[in-house]
Amino acid sequence: MNASGVAIRAGIRRGLAEIRQMLTSGPDLLSVLFFPTITLIVMYFLRDSTLPGTDISVGSAAMPGVLGMQVAFAGLVGVSASLMVEREDGTLLRAKAVPNGMFGYLVGKIIVGAFDGALAMLIVLIPGLFLLDGFRIESLNAWLTLAWVLALGLIATMPIGAMIGSLSDNPRNMGLVMLPLLGLVAISGVFYPITALPGWVQFIAQLFPIYWLGLGMRSALLPDAAAAVEIGGSWRYAEMIGVLGVWIVVGLIFAPILLRRMARRESGSTVAARRDRALQRVQ
Amino acid sequence: MTEVDKGGTSASATQTATEVGGLADPGPDTVIDVRDLHMRYGTNDVLKGVTFSAERGEVLALLGPNGAGKTTTIEILEGFRMRSGGSVSVLGTDPAHGNESWRARLGIVLQSWRDHGKWRVRELLHHLGSFYTPYSTEAIRRPWNTDELIEAVGLSEHADKRVMRLSGGQRRRLDVAIGIVGKPEVLFLDEPTAGFDPHARREFHDLVHRLADENITVLLTTHDLDEAEKLADRILVLAGGRIIADGSADALSRMVSTKAEVRWSIGTERHVHSTDDATTFVRRLLTEHGSAVQDLEVRRASLEDTYMKLVYGMESGLAGDEDAAQVFFGREEQVTVAAEPHGRDIDEEGAR
Repeated sequence: MNASGVAIRAGIRRGLAEIRQMLTSGPDLLSVLFFPTITLIVMYFLRDSTLPGTDISVGSAAMPGVLGMQVAFAGLVGVSASLMVEREDGTLLRAKAVPNGMFGYLVGKIIVGAFDGALAMLIVLIPGLFLLDGFRIESLNAWLTLAWVLALGLIATMPIGAMIGSLSDNPRNMGLVMLPLLGLVAISGVFYPITALPGWVQFIAQLFPIYWLGLGMRSALLPDAAAAVEIGGSWRYAEMIGVLGVWIVVGLIFAPILLRRMARRESGSTVAARRDRALQRVQ
Repeated sequence: MTEVDKGGTSASATQTATEVGGLADPGPDTVIDVRDLHMRYGTNDVLKGVTFSAERGEVLALLGPNGAGKTTTIEILEGFRMRSGGSVSVLGTDPAHGNESWRARLGIVLQSWRDHGKWRVRELLHHLGSFYTPYSTEAIRRPWNTDELIEAVGLSEHADKRVMRLSGGQRRRLDVAIGIVGKPEVLFLDEPTAGFDPHARREFHDLVHRLADENITVLLTTHDLDEAEKLADRILVLAGGRIIADGSADALSRMVSTKAEVRWSIGTERHVHSTDDATTFVRRLLTEHGSAVQDLEVRRASLEDTYMKLVYGMESGLAGDEDAAQVFFGREEQVTVAAEPHGRDIDEEGAR
């Protein structure tokens, strides 16, 4: 087998090993479960109030948006945070010191990212199906829509996450990433229809993937009548694929450039400098 | 000239010859060849023409004060840092353009911190080793068998532990294991034993000796002069942006001073005498006092003395922007220093 084939296989094994490590580590599981649990509790208490003029409960209506947000966060935050952390702690440098190690590392990252995305969605979706009356997936079509929105969402967000992660080598900068993201969540119609917001805010929200992922999830999980409260009164699949497609193209062009730049700069002394910086902070 | 002095001169002469030889085409066994290496950060010249080479199976220690550019030099050789000028060849390849099959022949021992903390020792070594399988050759089977490697670095009892549960010394052994998992032909060790207790240090030295026996070329940096003397076939002193000394610990000490210190006691009296010709002096001493001479010791300048003299003698001799290496580097001067007949008059008073 040639070297790239070996590196791909090693990368897949790396991804699976990291998934196993996550699933067998208490603190890791806790951080995976924390937000979904809170969300489900809130949705559960909102199950009796309905959207004005419909018989869809507020909880059920907000669920798809939450799913979209979960997927976007797995791609954006999960990937960028792990890059920043593993750059600081020297994981990346070790990968660089091994032949084709960076390639293997990246393959592993993609596997872990995809798993995280699917897990983040299912961990909210499956309990939601049991807990919320009226929130259910009735057709195979709905599952299929869910699957392609998930796939498209991950392909669009993971390269952006990698780009963000390659720009900083300090995990403590993660707050700078989270703040605008949370702002974006607030205007992306996750918890309530985006049409309630001023036009220019809607415009900004529609430039980013979070809104479109939420819309995609709603199109899969809500009855067609619910499209009435969306912009243009439809699920707008063409626009959805268009915007996410642009992000995919941008990500696939620039992420490799930025990742290569990042990898080129790794050396023993840069890792040592980061360690000193981090230890100083601790003291 | 006495025998001791001749020894000193010929050691320096050989060393000069190697340096001159280094400027010719590298031989088939030259693994590392660095010529006139320059490195500049902004307006700061860190390396101003570093030249040295290493043969297959040689262990080289790179010494020098903090900030002298040891790590920079090693990182350039590893291909992790681009140089500003000069030519560098590692295993016949310019590290700036080394491909992955070149990288597979290199071992780099990195300082660990928190990376791969959740991995188990065996799992991590097996994983990192698997990247080397396509680069296995008839002569060198890659990677190292995981369990044999764990045994070799003395981690058998901890093979199934998570990396974060290892002690500092165990973690360092794991770093070495990761560095050699691909059966490297050249191994780079940047301050490998920093923070080791004496026992761990001894075990690490044994490991490096075993690697050198397998014909691996080792380049290490250290601040521990004792370690350099124990491990290295050849010591390079990097200061002021150049290699100011290159030779065995013994040759280096002769380079700085040809004097040896003779200590003895007669009755309750202790004596110390410094001489160029210890053999003649001791012979005379014994002829004169016979078995009354007790606790006889003859010592050359220690590597530490030599190092201090070389590095700080040179630094204090500098005026402003004067080129550091000019003071000590000139090859003729090296020979002159070594051959200079310091205190040739044997101090006969000392024998009394």
